[in-house]
Amino acid sequence: MSVTTPAPTDERIATTSGLTRLLRRPELGALMGAVVVYAMFSVADTTGKFATIVGTARWTDSASTVGIVAVPVALLMIAGEFDLSSGVMVGTSGLFCGLLTTEYGVPMWPAILLTFAFAACIGLVNGWLVMLTGLPSFIVTLAMFFSLRGINLGVTKTLTDTVRVAGVDKVDGFDSAAKVFGSTFWHPYDYRIAVVWWIAVTLLATTILTKTRFGNWIYAVGGDKLAARNTGVPVWRTKITLFVATSMAAALVGIIDLTRLRSMQAGQGIGDEFTFIIAAVVGGCLLTGGFGSAIGASIGASIIGMAFIGIAYAGWNTDWTWLFLGVILFAAVLVNTFISKRAAGARR
Amino acid sequence: MTAIEPVPELTPPAESDSQPAALQLKSVAKSFGSVIALHDITLRVDAGMVTCVLGDNGAGKSTLIKILSGVHRPTEGELLVHGEPTRFSSPREAQNAGIATVFQDLATVPLMSVWRNFFLGNEPLRGVGPVKFLDAKKAKRICREELLAMGIDIRDAEQPAGTLSGGERQAVAIARAVHFGAKVLILDEPTSALGVKQSGVVLKYVLQARDRGVAVVFITHNPHHAHLVGDRFYLLNRGQMTHEFERRTVTREELVRAMAGGAELEALAHELEDTGLRP
Repeated sequence: MSVTTPAPTDERIATTSGLTRLLRRPELGALMGAVVVYAMFSVADTTGKFATIVGTARWTDSASTVGIVAVPVALLMIAGEFDLSSGVMVGTSGLFCGLLTTEYGVPMWPAILLTFAFAACIGLVNGWLVMLTGLPSFIVTLAMFFSLRGINLGVTKTLTDTVRVAGVDKVDGFDSAAKVFGSTFWHPYDYRIAVVWWIAVTLLATTILTKTRFGNWIYAVGGDKLAARNTGVPVWRTKITLFVATSMAAALVGIIDLTRLRSMQAGQGIGDEFTFIIAAVVGGCLLTGGFGSAIGASIGASIIGMAFIGIAYAGWNTDWTWLFLGVILFAAVLVNTFISKRAAGARR
Repeated sequence: MTAIEPVPELTPPAESDSQPAALQLKSVAKSFGSVIALHDITLRVDAGMVTCVLGDNGAGKSTLIKILSGVHRPTEGELLVHGEPTRFSSPREAQNAGIATVFQDLATVPLMSVWRNFFLGNEPLRGVGPVKFLDAKKAKRICREELLAMGIDIRDAEQPAGTLSGGERQAVAIARAVHFGAKVLILDEPTSALGVKQSGVVLKYVLQARDRGVAVVFITHNPHHAHLVGDRFYLLNRGQMTHEFERRTVTREELVRAMAGGAELEALAHELEDTGLRP
């Protein structure tokens, strides 16, 4: 057998252009989309406020509660799983915390801790059921979605005789909790504190995804579960952790909503699961897993926030918001598919 | 099926070595429900040697690999690592014991970059205390160096592994295993999807790994490739061990014959001649 040493340069090897590197970024499509949407609403704006500091405070407010959950949902999608119960979990955790404090006299802060623990358990159940049964997470979490939806309504009605939990603001410790979760900052523009949480979640998730071992595992379990398992990646632990993270992020939004609104409707959060998934997909997550980014999901959430506020500011009928989101979703998937094909070097 | 022509049984490898085998199976059987995939398999894998496991499709090679690499547990018999009876509950445990497996087609994650694949499951970390981050710079440098040492010049460690050729992907996986100090390297059909030249490169690397003192288990259905690198050969057929050879006592022709079931191949040759398709 002859020993072949590689030639120092191989004529078949083209250097990777900066453009290819850029195209490989999953959030590129979302960023371009965000610029277009921002420009569009700036022009269509009839109040003259959209592109100002005040306008920004409004759309980031709207985007923040989407983004906080969309980011872990994106991580979960990169790992190849869905969580359709993430929307209803917002309501469940808000109600859980509200009922603990108003019906059972638990002070606010212990109730908040219990709520996070409860949400972690729900995430654990989701994750365990998905891994144990081998059923698609789409089905398992859909079942969880409907179960929680029923429980939310049933328990709230049984305990309060209404479909909402109110009077949380009279609970011991509410004021300090409201400062942390439901207040505003930078008067007179009044940015929501939720925006800070959103940025923190995004930074944390991005660091985990790109800079840590666990992040590497997230890509691996979504990209090729068998290859990941064969190289020794703990597939179960990785996926279950992400289900727990998603559920706890939903609980964070639940508590943000509760402290802000001082009450909770039994139907809160229902339907939001799709908003989160739209944000993640617009942000460059592949539905098949293995590809995506946390920043992308946040950009996706921004687009959704801009749409909600921008359409109102433009003086259009807000009924059209969902149509707008539908079109954005479809366009984003088209662009992302094109980009990821280019990024993969068009070999497959 | 015609009876397998008896091939003279050769002296089995010395069991009284001073050093225990890197990996050993003793009367191992594996069944899935009513299907017996492996029956009474005894084999020995030594450091600094290439142990070839040959078998046709359905011979039980895959099941054997999965037992060695910790994916499956034997139904009967025992698995010994450096002389110690061991029971792996996951591939990660096997990996921790120094057993690395390169699965055909399942070795890399296509959408992940080459360097991330190279370090998957063994990521280099830096940082203080409990906060540890990936050392991406180091990872990329080592990845490029190790692949160059194997004769593969990747243009860009950031490119997705899916854009590499089959041989390059296989090379990434082998280089990875050797780099991480695998004591036992199990290769599942590493050359089956490759062209002649790339097969040569992979075989060369098999020998390099052997010279580094790694116990290489080379699983293949190609007796020619096996004979080029193998020190010891085990032949599997329908879940049973049919032959066992040492390098110095077997010719390539004997190996091919034993593998093809000898008489069966001759019968096939005659049949083909009779049809006039083959002069």
